[in-house]
Amino acid sequence: MTTHSRLTRQRFAVVISCLSVLLVCSVLACAMIGPVRINLAEVFSPGVEATILFRARLPRVLLSVAVGAALAMAGTVLQALLRNPLAEPHILGVSGGAAFGGVLTLFFADQTMLPAFLVTPVGAFAGALAAMLAVYRLGTVHGKLQPYTFLLAGVVCNAFTGALIMAVNSMADLFQTHGILFWLMGSLATTSYPLVAASFVYVLLGGGLLLRETRSLNALSLGEESATQLGVDVAAVRRLCFVVVSLLVGAGVAVSGMIGFVGLIVPHVTRLLFGPDHRLLLPASALVGGVFLAGADTLARSATGAAEIPVGVVTALCGGPFFVYLLRRKGGQDFGI
Amino acid sequence: MSVRPVLGESVRVADLSFGYHREDVVQGVSFTAKAGGFLGIIGPNGSGKSTLLKLMSGVEKPRGGSVEVADFDIATRSRLELGRHIAVVPQETTMAFPYTVLEMVLFGRTPHLSGFAFENDRDVDVARWALDRTATSHLAQRPVTELSGGERQRVALARALAQEPRVLLLDEPSAFLDIRHEVEMYDLLRELANEGMTIVSVLHDLNLAALYCEHIVLLSDGAVYRQGRPEEVMNYENLTTVYGTEIYVSLNDITGTLNILPLDVTHRAQLAARRAEGEGET
Repeated sequence: MTTHSRLTRQRFAVVISCLSVLLVCSVLACAMIGPVRINLAEVFSPGVEATILFRARLPRVLLSVAVGAALAMAGTVLQALLRNPLAEPHILGVSGGAAFGGVLTLFFADQTMLPAFLVTPVGAFAGALAAMLAVYRLGTVHGKLQPYTFLLAGVVCNAFTGALIMAVNSMADLFQTHGILFWLMGSLATTSYPLVAASFVYVLLGGGLLLRETRSLNALSLGEESATQLGVDVAAVRRLCFVVVSLLVGAGVAVSGMIGFVGLIVPHVTRLLFGPDHRLLLPASALVGGVFLAGADTLARSATGAAEIPVGVVTALCGGPFFVYLLRRKGGQDFGI
Repeated sequence: MSVRPVLGESVRVADLSFGYHREDVVQGVSFTAKAGGFLGIIGPNGSGKSTLLKLMSGVEKPRGGSVEVADFDIATRSRLELGRHIAVVPQETTMAFPYTVLEMVLFGRTPHLSGFAFENDRDVDVARWALDRTATSHLAQRPVTELSGGERQRVALARALAQEPRVLLLDEPSAFLDIRHEVEMYDLLRELANEGMTIVSVLHDLNLAALYCEHIVLLSDGAVYRQGRPEEVMNYENLTTVYGTEIYVSLNDITGTLNILPLDVTHRAQLAARRAEGEGET
């Protein structure tokens, strides 16, 4: 394994600037790709090409950047808290909780005529928080987090919420079922800049809160007891991180449904590239996550000519084999677990 | 290098009690570790050694009694402040991610920084000094996940030293080391104590305890059975009673310190037979 140098202000600035440039370039490139060829000279005058670029493609690409960043940060933080590189919002049932919360609100919004676009994010966030809390309570004994138990509790939570979603689905009528399935499959298609802006507020707010805890996350790599002895208030850090992760995942699921494996692949690749120091890893993962999901979504909407495939399918097709590769390669022994 | 070890502070443990459930794991333990002294805590498995250390570092809260470092009760101070006074070397360090040795040692600076911050030149100087003292400078760029057991423990000690602690607590730091690495580690601890750092170590190896410590606290069932200088505490009667097996104690003619050996089953039987014979004659 190649070693990385110690994190300094300069190195931080260089890596973050380079990744930011890469992100901007990716956004532009992804916005250019699609069934209609865009002529750069035409986009600044009103017309079909400008409409396609600014009304359809750009908000969609930007939304995928926000969701990718949110999921990647959530994965990074969960891996740090659990001291396990296989932790991820999907695997831990947080996404499942968010999905169930969203589905439940969709179901009742339909019954009560409440506007779904208002209540679904609340439901998704509440679901994510409830799932996180349940897994947290099950995975913590005497105030100490037990990574194995925690992971298992997450797997159970995931299966449980899956069953609950099916139960709700079976109670819904055909029309509702279609709406629920459509929402669950997830799509980043949007034309709404307010939605994009709201997503970025979530990401920046959550990212800012998490960034302040990154030195504590570093210390936590030594174990909870050693981190405590280094002056870290472990319980407070854990609480804050779990709430923010729920917020990020809830927001992500609310706008785009279940998109798996981003939180697994991105932190891992970023760690290999830039080292495990969370002060750099967290913001770098956010940027790489943005690039990754923007790319995956572009692939999803343009790979097959006619109908697009759900972006979650693309990330899962990349992520599944990657997960297996990690399991085979590391076998856990490199990580002290 | 400009870094000098910080002068140690005394630790006073007064009537300390603690239990996880109903029963007490530590009961009424009192002792004082002198500033710049080397105190050893010994006792059989389950006698409360590790728990005592957790209470002294403030990881666990006592049910009764107090731990005072210099002039303050640790219960009255924040975690961060304790981190600047007390460092702990655990039995074993497992690292979740492949940090380099230098990065891991820099984690020792955690209590001296606040919020989102980068280490400054002095932080790096202290880390380099800690690497130098533990003879691990050459490992600085190696991932900690690839170190041998001996290297890992020295790096764990370096990390603790980078905290610039007044009090260094160690929980069987040599449990997984071979005899040479063990001696090297305790030589270094002896040196640090001579320079003024207060050292409190749980020891598994009674011979090393006798060789290096000035003050021994012998625990039995969570309470202090005896304490004092090694030759006062570690005699045949005390050790045999507390450990529940025949232990032979003699003087080492090179060091003048104690040699402590358990007897195997054959010799225990012989001893018992001889005793029975002796009783029969009188």
